[in-house]
Amino acid sequence: MSTVYALLFIVATLVMVVGLALKIKQYANTPAPLKIPTTPAPTTEAGVVMRLFREVVFFESLFKSTKWTWIFSWMFHMALFVVLLRHIRYFIDDVWLPIVLIQPFGKYAGFVMVIGLAGLFARRILVDRVRYISAPSDYLWLVVLLFIGFSGLMMSFVSHTDVTMVKQYFTGVWTFSGGELPMDFPLMVHLLLVALLMILFPFSKLLHVPGLFFSPGRNQVDNPREKRHLAPWAKTLEEQE
Amino acid sequence: MATAEFDVPELQEYVDVPEVEEGTMAHLKPFVVTNPEHNTDLGFPGELVEDWHGKTLEKLDDLRSRYRSLQVYLDACVKCGSCTDKCHYYLTTKDPKNMPVGRQDLLRKVYRRYFTFAGKYFPKLVGAEDLTRETLDDWYSYYHQCSQCRRCSVFCPYGIDTAEISMAAREILDSIGYGQKYCNEIIAKVHKVGNNLGLPGPAIEDTLEGLEEDVFDETGVEVKFPLDVKGAEILLVTPSADFFAEPHVDGLIGYAKVFHEAGVSWTLSTTASEAGNFGMFIGSYENMRRVSMRVREAALELGVKRIVFGECGHAWRVAYAFLNTLAGPFDFLDPDYPVPQHICEFTKQQIDAGKLTFDKSQNDDMTITFHDSCNVARATRMGDKPGGQMDIPREVIKAACNNYVDMDHNTIGERTFCCGGGGGLLTDDLMEIRVKGALPRMTALNNAVQEHGVTHLAAICAICKSQFTKVMPYYGMDMDQVVSVHQLVSNAIVLTGQRTEDDEEEQDEEA
Repeated sequence: MSTVYALLFIVATLVMVVGLALKIKQYANTPAPLKIPTTPAPTTEAGVVMRLFREVVFFESLFKSTKWTWIFSWMFHMALFVVLLRHIRYFIDDVWLPIVLIQPFGKYAGFVMVIGLAGLFARRILVDRVRYISAPSDYLWLVVLLFIGFSGLMMSFVSHTDVTMVKQYFTGVWTFSGGELPMDFPLMVHLLLVALLMILFPFSKLLHVPGLFFSPGRNQVDNPREKRHLAPWAKTLEEQE
Repeated sequence: MATAEFDVPELQEYVDVPEVEEGTMAHLKPFVVTNPEHNTDLGFPGELVEDWHGKTLEKLDDLRSRYRSLQVYLDACVKCGSCTDKCHYYLTTKDPKNMPVGRQDLLRKVYRRYFTFAGKYFPKLVGAEDLTRETLDDWYSYYHQCSQCRRCSVFCPYGIDTAEISMAAREILDSIGYGQKYCNEIIAKVHKVGNNLGLPGPAIEDTLEGLEEDVFDETGVEVKFPLDVKGAEILLVTPSADFFAEPHVDGLIGYAKVFHEAGVSWTLSTTASEAGNFGMFIGSYENMRRVSMRVREAALELGVKRIVFGECGHAWRVAYAFLNTLAGPFDFLDPDYPVPQHICEFTKQQIDAGKLTFDKSQNDDMTITFHDSCNVARATRMGDKPGGQMDIPREVIKAACNNYVDMDHNTIGERTFCCGGGGGLLTDDLMEIRVKGALPRMTALNNAVQEHGVTHLAAICAICKSQFTKVMPYYGMDMDQVVSVHQLVSNAIVLTGQRTEDDEEEQDEEA
């Protein structure tokens, strides 16, 4: 079983990294032939960096829109971020100081994450407009993430998994020399769903992560009068004349 | 009071977010192009092609490889629902396909089905759907119920802009010969005659002569309305509605008076007698470029040094955000001025330079509020600072009027509600969606009327002005309540050497 999981994680990592790289390459290579930032927009590169920073860290546009969706999704994403940071300790031997420092928060961030997800799930069911636009996959993503959160919390607070064994396993996973994975049910579920998420990442709506950075509505500098913005295919129109 | 074949919504204090009611607007479709030439003149097939299925997918594939916006926007949506209550058309029709994400999904479902792994193998799971003849009709119906106003994009956490999706969908429809009559006919007219209304040069010349006489009779000052004057400093490109429609033409008089007082020479052009560019509405870069090139050619031919655009929303978007890219570089113009400039930027500079004198009391019979046009507010800028597109027109109004109040802040600035007639919807066959879509703006206006005694709504867009004059009577308001911003300038500006009321009294006494 340990070998199966090792293989699974190697495949999952490869699929996620290669898949995302290809998607990012596609986004980067597709021209944006016109300046279309949603205005008022920053007039400098630095301003655009700030705009994206506010969007990524505070979910600025969503905050403008609806406070309920904002609070639940912000809770979920920020807690997930802290939880992910905390998980770094399972992959490195000398745990960096910042990771040590967030440990107490990281343990409880799991609860915040689950509350946020539950809120988003409730909204998807209860608000008729959101229900209308939801496909089965939209619910399933929330379910997958909820189960990842639950199983993680189980291991921290209910039935402890031998994390030193897990850590030993993962530090050696690339060479198949990490030894045995503890056969705990919550851990099996947790890891299986995480691997699934990684594999599906480049083929799903999780593409909103790289998408935001390539969104012309948010990442363009508002300077069309100062600079021409000619796409290669548009240039050929000029050359035809 | 206008009569309607549909229920006109009643004005309430607020526009409540309605419960979803499927299919309420499925019946509404604009007229399809009937004269094949209106398609072929634009480079599209004359009528629906036989292999529409293959061609549709081919075009979608082509567009997503040429527009990063389309590719990213099709992928990135997480169905968070943030946009669902932001569209004026959804708020008043309850049709979920008029929710921005609902509208996007019409195209996204097909994209997923044919171009994504999940949609190819698990269509039901991710809501992917086959492309059928009904899909095309749905696209035709609902992508022509989008005014491309971008209000949804303000609230999207990824900046997904339904306007981009709707432009792409219209371009796909055009590419298979399923074009909208109103837009394509107009673009064909611009290509042939030079403006959306098909006004020939002599007609424009007549109108301008008439305006010169009117202004002279009124003020005793010879304010010129020059046409095709070589060597003028400024080329004014303005929507053709400014040549005859009310209240547009009063705005044109305002521009002329400002130019006169500023002491600059200026000219209009018969070949570039249209600021509007419907090429944007149909998402066609090629047509948008062709329409834009007229401006460049006119500027070169007349040897002007600057280009100024008149009051028009989408025209200002194409001018501000795209013109340099489409028809530049404008290195033959005076580098001291941005290319192009908005007439409000020009007027504001004259005000700041102290070149204009106003008698604000001339507008004292009105209390004004200002409607931010969607394209100006969310797709352009005026002046150096972000947000200048909101501030500068207001400063111009306040320089000319004593009584000004804003509407509810949730309905102005970047959150402004579309007039309901933008994006190629300003046609009688879409009257139902136009009237309904105007409700949020009408509600905010009505509140300002009730609470602050507002009497007039000022706008800087030809489409907004036409839409409001047509739609306001449905809501029990008067079409004369819509004014051009430069109409207010025109009312209050005191021309050098202008006859004052005292003069007139003296004259009367002498007589």
